[in-house]
Amino acid sequence: MAIIEVRDLDFFYGKFQALKKINLDIERNRITALIGPSGCGKTTFLRTLDRMADLIDGVSVTGRILIDGRDIYAPGTDLLALRKKVGMVFQRPNPFPLSVYDNVVYGLRVHGLRDPRALEARLIRSLEAVHLWDELKSRLDENALRLSGEQQQRLCIARLLAVEPEILLMDEPCSALDLAATAAIEDLMAELKKRYTIVIVTHNMQQAARVSDVTGYFLLGELVEIGETRRVFTAPRDPRTEDYITGRFG
Amino acid sequence: MRRLAPSAEEKAARAGLWALTLITVAVLCFIILFILRRGLPVLSFEFLTANPVDMGKAGGIFSTVVGTVALTVLAVLIAAPLGVGTAIYLTEYTWGGPVTRIIRFGAECLAGIPSIIFGLFGFILFVTKLKFGWSILSGGLTLAFMLLPTIIRTSEEAIKSVPPEYRKVSFSLGSTKWQTVTRVVLPSALPGIVTGIVLSIGRSIGETAATIFTAGSALRLPTSLFSSSRTMAVHFYILAREGISMPNAYGTAAILIIAILGINLLTYFLMNRFIRKYS
Ligand SMILES: Nc1ncnc2c1ncn2[C@@H]1O[C@H](COP(=O)(O)OP(=O)(O)O)[C@@H](O)[C@H]1O
Ligand SMILES: [Mg+2]
Repeated sequence: MAIIEVRDLDFFYGKFQALKKINLDIERNRITALIGPSGCGKTTFLRTLDRMADLIDGVSVTGRILIDGRDIYAPGTDLLALRKKVGMVFQRPNPFPLSVYDNVVYGLRVHGLRDPRALEARLIRSLEAVHLWDELKSRLDENALRLSGEQQQRLCIARLLAVEPEILLMDEPCSALDLAATAAIEDLMAELKKRYTIVIVTHNMQQAARVSDVTGYFLLGELVEIGETRRVFTAPRDPRTEDYITGRFG
Repeated sequence: MRRLAPSAEEKAARAGLWALTLITVAVLCFIILFILRRGLPVLSFEFLTANPVDMGKAGGIFSTVVGTVALTVLAVLIAAPLGVGTAIYLTEYTWGGPVTRIIRFGAECLAGIPSIIFGLFGFILFVTKLKFGWSILSGGLTLAFMLLPTIIRTSEEAIKSVPPEYRKVSFSLGSTKWQTVTRVVLPSALPGIVTGIVLSIGRSIGETAATIFTAGSALRLPTSLFSSSRTMAVHFYILAREGISMPNAYGTAAILIIAILGINLLTYFLMNRFIRKYS
């Protein structure tokens, strides 16, 4: 069964419709890439999945999003639990201006974990998962803003993994990184896929082709096409997708 | 008139701005030196630790130092939580609706009211209506009201300058608003908030009009919140105005200036260390 099911999702900023009748299923333990020109609703869509989009004043949402079969827009949904389960990696690395240690355990503390030994165990596990432990184990007290861009983005992923989410939403996570760092993060994603479901937004088609199992193409708020990545890139069904991936547009 | 060449204009601007800055610094130094030259000779350990004798003609200023500290501490203890709390509410918990605008407008009006009006207000409300009498309590409450707008304003600015990403990340990790405010927003905003509080400490130490009507001008050492007490600034004013003792007036002023400079330097130093640690 799909872990995320989106049904007839419409999203409005005031009167402006940013998402139009989106329907899609996202499978567990796969990487789903969302591509498309900028301004066509990819970020908005991602933020509907952890309900960060409706924090903005004046927006309205209709349709349904089921995660593990539960409608996350149903009244009475526990948003804190939802956001623990569905985590976001942002476009720019954004560690808190705190120590490496405090960054990684931030979410754990917020969810009530106090025991220093439990915190430490999760800290190590999270930093190991993003391959930062060896580099940073002697620098845990250092301010995270002093790390390199790639280290910061890894740290942000570690901070997220610490709270043990099931779904990782990544909004152009490599757009502030150089090529080498991008490749490293992509490798990391391939590893993380074994334990997490990943939805990544990227405007970089090569990246989508490299890392993802499924690719969806957004255009002007519509999900034009979605399918197996290889198939979408070799035999797109919609002419608009073909225009985009062959570079005739965007 | 012919326009100057850009490079000449740049040079002229540089020289002009330099001159303006120099004037500012010169005026400041002049005031400080003027006071210190007349005040420092009077200062001694005795001057600080002895109570005034004979209306202040002789003896020291100990009771007025105690009065000043007590009033300031009380005022800040009341105004800081109220002001910072209001600022948090206005910036984090409301979306600039009409209520917010009215509160903000009210706070701004409050900031423009001369301190003597606060003095009269405090006199009527605390001294007479609530029967606290001329006391540290009345004076502290009055000062607190006077400081409130500044603290709200500076805290709001400090909180607003915290990058919105921090909040977004915090929410996306499943934090509540309150957790986000206390763990991310306030620590980042702290230097700004503290600066505002220090400014208001400086203001309350130097305040005369608001305290003379509410804390009174008793020279005895205050023993409780209900004691009337004279502050250093009021003491200076009375000594100078009634011609009781100009040397002692300048001595008091010198202490005031040193205290305010000291507080500012200390805060500057602490904030620098804090900022280095957190950014
Ligand atoms: N907070 C907002 N208020 C109003 N319009 C917005 C807001 N955020 C995004 N939009 C609009 O919604 C559309 C989709 O934006 P976005 O989801 O950020 O696109 P993408 O991530 O694909 O570049 C854009 O036209 C953008 O201008
Ligand atoms: Mg985007």
